[in-house]
Amino acid sequence: MAAAIDVHGLNKSFGDKHVVQDVSLTVEEGRVTGFLGPNGSGKTTTMRMVCGLLQPDSGSGTCLGYDILTESRQIKRHTGYMTQKFSLYEDLTIAENLLFVARIYGMDRRAERVDKALEGLGLTGRRDQLAGTLSGGWKQRLALAAAVLHEPKLLLLDEPTAGVDPKARREFWDEIHRLAGEGLTVMVSTHYMDEAERCHDIAYIAYGRLIARGTVAELIDQSGLTTFRGEGPGADRLGEALQGRPGVEMAAPFGAAMHVSGSDRAALEATLRTCSSI
Amino acid sequence: MKEARSISGLRILAIMAKEFTQLTRDRLTYAMILAVPIMQLLLFGYAINNDPRHLPAVLLDQDRSVMSRSAAEAIRNTGYFAFVKEVNSPREIDEAIESGKAQFAVTIPGDFERRVVRGDGAQILVEADASDPTTVGGAVAALAGLPQTALQGDLKGALATRQPAPGGAQAAGAAPFEMVIHRRYNPENITAYNIVPGLLGIVLSMTLVMMTSLALTRERERGTMETLLATPVEPLEVMLGKLAPYVGIGLVQTAIILTLARLLFGVPFMGGWGALSIGVALFIVGSLSLGFFFSTLARSQLQAMQMSVFYLLPSLLLSGFMFPFRGMPAWAQAIGQVIPVTHFLRIVRGALLKGVGLSETWPSVLALAAFVLVVGALSVARYRTTLD
Ligand SMILES: Nc1ncnc2c1ncn2[C@@H]1O[C@H](COP(=O)(O)OP(=O)(O)OP(=O)(O)O)[C@@H](O)[C@H]1O
Ligand SMILES: [Mg+2]
Repeated sequence: MAAAIDVHGLNKSFGDKHVVQDVSLTVEEGRVTGFLGPNGSGKTTTMRMVCGLLQPDSGSGTCLGYDILTESRQIKRHTGYMTQKFSLYEDLTIAENLLFVARIYGMDRRAERVDKALEGLGLTGRRDQLAGTLSGGWKQRLALAAAVLHEPKLLLLDEPTAGVDPKARREFWDEIHRLAGEGLTVMVSTHYMDEAERCHDIAYIAYGRLIARGTVAELIDQSGLTTFRGEGPGADRLGEALQGRPGVEMAAPFGAAMHVSGSDRAALEATLRTCSSI
Repeated sequence: MKEARSISGLRILAIMAKEFTQLTRDRLTYAMILAVPIMQLLLFGYAINNDPRHLPAVLLDQDRSVMSRSAAEAIRNTGYFAFVKEVNSPREIDEAIESGKAQFAVTIPGDFERRVVRGDGAQILVEADASDPTTVGGAVAALAGLPQTALQGDLKGALATRQPAPGGAQAAGAAPFEMVIHRRYNPENITAYNIVPGLLGIVLSMTLVMMTSLALTRERERGTMETLLATPVEPLEVMLGKLAPYVGIGLVQTAIILTLARLLFGVPFMGGWGALSIGVALFIVGSLSLGFFFSTLARSQLQAMQMSVFYLLPSLLLSGFMFPFRGMPAWAQAIGQVIPVTHFLRIVRGALLKGVGLSETWPSVLALAAFVLVVGALSVARYRTTLD
């Protein structure tokens, strides 16, 4: 099977902060790949380098068969990118935003496509509402519709379900799988462990390094990653306190519980013991 | 290795339509577009006075006599006139004044010395380009007392009777010759004539540079730049699409100011429509490009605003709008020369007040065109298709 994304040794620094370090990643066509990692680990930066929004300091590779260093225009033409922060025009209406996207990608039958997208969203009746006045969940759905309007081959979704209620999240994932079923390759970053389980593959990044790669089952087996699950009142709010402590590579809330993972089991245990007194 | 680039009309249209729609949703901007020209026009009703010296003048000495030379020397000695050229015909005078090479033309008729000797109403004609009245005022005042003293050295012996007694008030009538001042273009010396056309340049710079300086910074601050950059849109397409709606705004403002200039201040519209139209078009595009260039440099909307203000200050002070261009020191004139407003003012004042067209103001038109090209190219070069 051909690779939709195939990059090697990507590096990116901002100032003296080495944000992405030697990341090599292959994503096969038609797969849904989850991109996991704690805050600031370099997920967004990596995705931006893949779709030509950032120039890597070093490294090479292809995206959809196009060179990421020299053919970013072609990549952009065939990639849908949904940004982490809502980045459609809040002072344009829903329909105007979609029409803008259709035009900028030079689509034919634009009005028809926009109507169809609105229908798919169930927003036909609200087409003239300003995008800025939509609720968080609707904004995300609109952003997804805009990202796939030009019929991309690759879809990069950066935390598309952050701040979205559980029902909407489920529907969002149903939609992702429907798109994947049509042959779209999807890479989606997330903090939610339950969403990871809905991905074919997982890539786990921490502190700018890709540290695990594979299917969910493989990952649990071979990663050497130990995950502790903490429950109890307030457990889900411990994330920040745990993040960055010795041995802790990731701390993420999972429902009311807290999942804490690390590759060094001893260090992780030691940390958790001291933390249990918090 | 660069990919093949192609410019798409549809993508330009996409940006243009988006910008235009956003503009119509922004009431404050609407208000600014209408209010700024009107407010400024009323505010600047009065001019700032100034007393520039060493103004360029040409001399037409048809007499070429001892006395004519003394008179010319006396005019130079007032400190207000710097003879840049000696000309040989009235036609050359017209040319020098119309092109702005000279602010004054001094004509000493061929019978000057003869008439002085005979006491027969000798005259010297001083023509002034009074389209900028503040410049001319001091110089004309300095000429008033000149006939009394100019020929002191020549009127000796038998001619001593032609020389008035020093200091005598009644002697005024007995001066050996008379200065005739002829104000061209703005004979009534109305400052508003000069200020109001200049205001067109200031208002256009102020609103257009500021608005487009926000063109990219606003997208960057709102995060929408990321979506825009994730599309295959080209820098030139973004620039053209974003600037196009503002060309319309610039034209509306021009219409407002010119209409008010005519209705409120009775500014004459002498002609030069071709030069005026080309000047307005180039200046609008130039200002927009400059704003766009600022927005490729600025990291935030605040920075973009600061850059615009930084540009506006010399435009106000050194362009000849507030202070007569010729009254400024050489270094200030040098800076003024590279400011587009300076050239725009010359075109507009030339057209409205003097009725002169392209044949006279082409250097300014060329300067504006060069500015558009340079700034446009810089903007496209500065525009990043990545977020770096
Ligand atoms: N343009 C930039 N300039 C400077 N630093 C940056 C820039 N973009 C990202 N960073 C830094 O790079 C690091 C990685 O950022 P990135 O956004 O890629 O992480 P992330 O994994 O997406 O995090 P999150 O889960 O919070 O979205 C962070 O420390 C961030 O502060
Ligand atoms: Mg991110």
